[in-house]
Parts: sequence; C-alpha cells; structure tokens
Amino acid sequence: MLAQQIINGLMLGAIYMLVAVAFTLAIGVLNFLNFSIPGLFMLGGMLAFGLMKAGWPWLLAFAAALFAAGLVSLLVERLAYRRMQGGDPEVPLVSSLGFLVLLENLMLIRFGSDMQAFPALMADMNFRVGGLVVGMAQLVSLALSLLLVLWLSWYLSATNAGRRVRTVAESPETARLMGIDIARLVPQLFVASALLAALGGILFAVNYQQVSPFMGEGVGFKGVAAMIVGGMGSIWGAVLGGLLIGLAEVLSISFIGADVVNITVYGLLLLILIVRPQGLMGRPAGREKL
Amino acid sequence: MSGYQTGVLVVLAFNVMAAYAVYLPLAAGQLNLGIAGFMAIGAYAGAFLTNEYGWPMWAAIPVAAAAAGLVGLVIGIPVLRTHGIYLAMATFALGQVISAVFLNLEVVGGAAGYPVTDYAGPYVVFAAAFGVVVLMVLIAQTRFALYLTAVKSDPTVADLLGVSVRGMQVAAFALGAAVAGFGGALYAHHYNFVEAQHFNVLLSVFTVLYVLFGGTQTVWGPLVGAAFFTLVPELLRASDQWRYALFAVFVILFIAIRPQGLVTTALLRPFRRRAPQAPTPQAPTPEASA
Repeated sequence: MLAQQIINGLMLGAIYMLVAVAFTLAIGVLNFLNFSIPGLFMLGGMLAFGLMKAGWPWLLAFAAALFAAGLVSLLVERLAYRRMQGGDPEVPLVSSLGFLVLLENLMLIRFGSDMQAFPALMADMNFRVGGLVVGMAQLVSLALSLLLVLWLSWYLSATNAGRRVRTVAESPETARLMGIDIARLVPQLFVASALLAALGGILFAVNYQQVSPFMGEGVGFKGVAAMIVGGMGSIWGAVLGGLLIGLAEVLSISFIGADVVNITVYGLLLLILIVRPQGLMGRPAGREKL
Repeated sequence: MSGYQTGVLVVLAFNVMAAYAVYLPLAAGQLNLGIAGFMAIGAYAGAFLTNEYGWPMWAAIPVAAAAAGLVGLVIGIPVLRTHGIYLAMATFALGQVISAVFLNLEVVGGAAGYPVTDYAGPYVVFAAAFGVVVLMVLIAQTRFALYLTAVKSDPTVADLLGVSVRGMQVAAFALGAAVAGFGGALYAHHYNFVEAQHFNVLLSVFTVLYVLFGGTQTVWGPLVGAAFFTLVPELLRASDQWRYALFAVFVILFIAIRPQGLVTTALLRPFRRRAPQAPTPQAPTPEASA
C-alpha cells in the first residue's frame, strides 16, 4: 500500500517537476514569476485533446499543441515581459496573469467548462511487479520528464548556449558587455519554458485521462511550490521539489484525507520559506542561478 | 436601485475593501498574495462570534478585523524576514494554508460551509467601504504613508534616515490584514454564509490585479482599479461568453501600454492644491552642473 502510494506520488511529482522547471527557467534567468505557465500547461492538454477529437493522429496533435504553446509564449514575452523592463517588479506578473485568464476563457468558449475524457493512448498496459501496479503511460512520462531535465541540466552546464543563459542569469549587464544577444536569448527561454509546461499538460492528460480549461491552476500553483521548496533558479532543486510535493500530496490524500492536501503541501512551502528561504538546493538569494 | 444594481455595487464595495488591504503592504513594497486568507480569518471569526456567543454585528466585525490584524502581526514577523519574490510566495503559501485550515475545521462547518445568523444590509456594506476609503485617504496625508513610500523606494536610505524599516513593513502588513479581516467579516454577515473555498488563491491574485491596474503611486489607484474590474465585465455582459476573454485582452494591452497603472501622481497633479509660492525643487540640469 505504502509502496504503491510512493509510486503514484512520484508519477504526479514528475508532472510538477516539469512545471517547476518551466517556472524556474523564467525566475532564475529573468527574475519573472510567469503566471501564464499554468495557462500553457492547460493549453498543451486541451489542444492535444481538441485536435485528437478532430481526428488528428496523436503524435501530430501533441506536436501542434506544443507549437501553439511556444507561439503563445512568444506573445507573452513581447507583451508582458519586454515592455516592463525597469518598472515595478510586480507588473509583469499581472499581465502574465491576464494571459492565464485569456487562455482559460478561450478554451472555455471552445470546449465548455466540463471535465472532458482524454482518450487512452496505451489502453490497459500496466506492469504488475509483486502486487504493485505501474501504468505504462505513467512510466513513460516519468522517464521522459527525467530524461528531459537531465538533458536540460547538461545543456546548461556544458554547451556554449547554456553558458550564455547562465551569464544572463548571473548579470544581464555583464552578459551584454560580453556580447551576448539578450534580445534573442530571452524569447528562446520563453519558448523552452512554454514547451516544458505544455509537455507537462499533455503528460497529465495522458496519465489521468481528463482535461478541463482549469486544469492548469492547481498543478501550476503546486509547480510554483515545488520550485520554491527545491530552491528558485536551481534545476535539480525543481526536480527534488516536484517529487517531494507529489509525494506529500499523494501520501496525505491516502493517509489523512483529501481535504488536508493544501495544509501539508503549502505548510511545507511556508515552513521552508521561513526556515530556509533559498530552498533545499538553492544558495542564498542573489548568488545561485541555475 | 434594482436588485441587480445593488448586487453589483455590493460586490464593488467588497472589492474596494480587499483592494486597500493589498494596497497598504504594497505601498511599502511588499506583495501580499495571501489576502484571501486574512479575509477568511475575519469572516470566520466574525461569524463565530455572532453565531456562538450571540454578539451583535457591530461588535463582532471590528473584533474580527482586529483578530485578522493580530494574526497578520504574529505571522508577519517571521514571514517578513523574506523579501521580494520570496515574500510574495510566502504570503501565497500562507493564504493557501489558512483557507485549508478553515476547510478542515469542523467547529465552523468544515467543507459544508458555515451559515451566519445576523444580516448586514447593502447600505451597511456601502458605508463600511466608504469608511475604509476615507480612512485610507486620511492615512495618505500622514507621515506614515511617507515612511511607507520611503521604505518601498529605497529601504537602505530609509534605514539610514532613521525610519524603522522592519517596523513599517510589519505595520503595513498587519494593517492590511486587519482591513482584509474587516471586509471578510462584513462579507460573512452580508451573504449570511461563509465557505472556505471562496477564499482561494485566485481571489487574492485578482485583488492584486485590481491594485496594480489602478496604480500604486496614489491612494486612489485601488479604488479606480476595483471599480474598473467590477463594473466593466458587467458592461460587457452583452457579449456574454466572450466577456472575460475580451477583458483579459484589454488588461494585457493596457498594462503593456501603461505599466505604471491607471492613476499616477502625474495624472493627479492638475487637481492638487498648490502650496503658495513654493518653488518646486528641481534636479540640477546638465548645464547647471557642467
């Protein structure tokens, strides 16, 4: 029973992990709490659902959903981020939130507010290992998320492009002096962050076989919690935080009750912020970026 | 006034009170994303006093506001050790934890909600909102408001000039919490029903949206922002399902064009009484210093 719950928690944690990494890219490099990420998460799941319903093959539908999320994220960069430089730090948050409301309502108009059933891609393919049930879809998505994050971490630490990103995170001013084209780099980061969030949404839809226009809110806010618990701006922190939050959620649902989820998850977050504001894996504020 | 108009104005009054609860700490540079939690404390405390102890409403509501302020004071001291984005996240977590605690508190009905026996009519709500606005305008004339601006603009300089930065921050935070609790307690007595689910993170986040949209430079910003966000969606009601999508587009474009918010100091300058013959201090021009 406990082992089964731990497995379920890790599966959910993998989704939070992707969303947390998406947030951490925006925070760590750009210092921007991008509230459109829950919207992009939802857009990934809902568009994949809508296109598959329209008869597209699943691979094409997923690709189109990811592409759309990337495009919307470029728009967010243009309207919510780029024009706000030098102003109050809270202001981009407001307009990114405007994007969340916009995306939710567009999907609401198109698909209605009800929970929709997402078709099962890998029907009834479950592993049974010593009494434990592991869904094929869950296993694939856990592996995919971990691989992606591993690759991203390698990319940031070992390639030239990754070094450029880390320079911008450390100091945009120095980066500009070193000849880094920030105006090109920032949109790329927005697209990367959108792709991670939308992939998270697609995997969520495949795993739990349901989508709704508001599916991004709960997951998105838990992704923020995961990012902070792990340490803002640290990719491995986001991984650790995502898995921890997933475990905390599943374990408190099965052993205490569904209503206490917010107490345990956000209580954990609050405790960490007061005791160790930089998060589990982060260095003190202003030092560690990616 | 028709019942519909009264209903809209009552919502407006509650939004105005919530907006000022966010405005106070924001004037000192602290983004409180957990204002709904303090509204919940006020609502439940007020409802509990009238229901269980038979207190008259006029006594229960101020005590409930004081209780929310006290919680803000006690929690604010550890939470305000963090700053910037960490503070925003800590208050976000705090709001989530508070409403989750009420959701699980059986003595006030838990998830089923909590009916309230005493009723506050719409004119009581209007008067209360008017009172809050007057109080805020009065506060804006005092040195306290000046200290808050100083703390927001440059904490280091404020500290050097002898302003207790920590004290101002905690005071603004607790005072904001008390205003939120006041609004929450009235809410409970007007609608005669409290449910923890109402005080969710979106309520907090939207309230912040009103304030930033209206602008934080002057005391009138929150009022204008709340009025705009309450009334314009009602006017767009004709376009029915598209109204929130249209509204979101408008907010995104507006913030892109005018990130400092609707009402700014410069906008109010023509309406200000001029001090007799007071020469406006001017920064030395490049010619003068050369």
